[in-house]
Amino acid sequence: MSAARTHLWLPALALWRREIVRFLRQKNRVIGALATPLVFWLLIGSGVGPGFRLPGMPLDMTYLAYFFPGTVVLILLFTAIFSTISIIEDRREGFLQGVLVAPVAPEAIVLGKFLGGMTLAAGQALLVCLAAPLAGVPLDLAVLARLIPALMVVGFGLVGLGFLIAWPLDSTQGFHAIMNVFLMPLWMLSGALFPAGADSWARYAVALNPVAYGTAAVRRAFYGDAVPLASVPTYAFAMIVSVLFAAVMFLLAVWMVRRKRSIA
Amino acid sequence: MSHPVQTTDLCRSFGARVALDHVSFGVREGEIFGLLGPNGGGKTTLFRILGTLLSPSGGSARICGHDVVADPAGVRSSIGVVFQSPSLDPQLTVAENLRYGGNLYGLRGPDLENRWREMASALRVEDRAGDLVKNLSGGLQRRVEIAKSLLPRPRVLLLDEPSTGLDPVARVDLWAILEQLRGKFGITTVITTHLMDEAERCGRVAILHRGKMLACETPDALRATIGADVLTLVCKRPDAVAEQLQAKFGWTAVVRDDAVRLEIPKAHAEVARIVEAFPGEILSVTAGRPTLEDVFVRMTGERLGDPFFEETGKKKKK
Repeated sequence: MSAARTHLWLPALALWRREIVRFLRQKNRVIGALATPLVFWLLIGSGVGPGFRLPGMPLDMTYLAYFFPGTVVLILLFTAIFSTISIIEDRREGFLQGVLVAPVAPEAIVLGKFLGGMTLAAGQALLVCLAAPLAGVPLDLAVLARLIPALMVVGFGLVGLGFLIAWPLDSTQGFHAIMNVFLMPLWMLSGALFPAGADSWARYAVALNPVAYGTAAVRRAFYGDAVPLASVPTYAFAMIVSVLFAAVMFLLAVWMVRRKRSIA
Repeated sequence: MSHPVQTTDLCRSFGARVALDHVSFGVREGEIFGLLGPNGGGKTTLFRILGTLLSPSGGSARICGHDVVADPAGVRSSIGVVFQSPSLDPQLTVAENLRYGGNLYGLRGPDLENRWREMASALRVEDRAGDLVKNLSGGLQRRVEIAKSLLPRPRVLLLDEPSTGLDPVARVDLWAILEQLRGKFGITTVITTHLMDEAERCGRVAILHRGKMLACETPDALRATIGADVLTLVCKRPDAVAEQLQAKFGWTAVVRDDAVRLEIPKAHAEVARIVEAFPGEILSVTAGRPTLEDVFVRMTGERLGDPFFEETGKKKKK
């Protein structure tokens, strides 16, 4: 018998690689996670017309450009959701029980899933970000240096949110319901679609919404802190909140796996 | 010497329903041990407790000296588990499933490569290593599953209804493999089943019914508890024949599946007498040693393969 009774990094790495391999074999997942937000962006962004202005938007910014960071966060959110929904399938089909009876630390199960989901989310979001100049959104090395960590941290946190919802569920229908009434509003009230008005109730919702700091981090990654964006926190502050959120999600997920390591 | 698998007064309830009621048994080193009972009898609950996926409400269970509650990690590194619904990822190839499965047990590098190839070859799936699992037959998937469970060289192998969904050929195959593994690696095997012919192949069998363990013996010893032979008469009017057997000979006969069954000593000697007593009535006569099915019926008054149990068992899994 080996000295190390439970294993951490090797199982986490194996579970991470499995996520990637599975994803690459399911082409429709790429389409689902990428196409939906892009269609949203094009239809809503161009539908309102070039002259459309919202209070709080800089004067020289089109709505297509304003909405672009929000679209990137939606891609992160969708990919994170699709990758955590597989927990429910794994539980139903049986793969998960094979993991749970192995001498694997709960941290490894969570880490493998989080890292896998984060890689897919950040990777796809980054791919779309490369098209930012087409939307009139700046992109250079300085932007990328801020953007890549932001995509990773925000992706990690959103996968965590999906994990906490998916772990106790045993049907994907339940997940879709929660996604519609909980996750989508979180995104809509994140400053992705519109800046929160200084005197509206939405201001408080945005201030308390962890996803809003993700959207802010991505927005500030593109524009830096110099551009005046009313009610959007600085890059550093948005990143700190996002890192804290990701850490809390991780700890809660580990606690949940430790507590309910059963298959039904 | 201590038993590799030992339960003491193991209990488990789900609300008011008692799924396991003070179950105690010990499995010997290298033995194939059967847990026999209808679906809903408590087998799967017991299996999940041994597999550390469910905690007992009372009593204890130890595997290779590790308590399932106090030291689940120790249990997990001593067991290989084969589930009823395969724990393979259908989107991955056989080789990927085996590699990632090995990684979960801390196996890596050349050691892992050697082990999975050895197991794939022992279970005769090495030529399918590059195929996606979803493209394999049920029997092949089961073999890959067993190969995966054996990668860490567990001392105890737990199998939950391993022949579910297998055709008769694949089932015979599965048992040949289990026997082989026992011979080659000396693995202690605990297998749950509701099938008589599978139970007959086990070294010892524990009969579980409504959460209670009714017996724990070798198949021969279980059969010996009946102490008689079993006679099965296929006849035109089974109810009338059963009644008259009681009246004329004083034997208790039961009607099951349109056939009359009775347990009497030296049944073969009585055959002529019985056939002559019912001219033109009896179509066929079978005399034989009692089966485990007979033992189960005697102990519980119910049949193992009752459709009722089959149905509810399947519904629960969906």
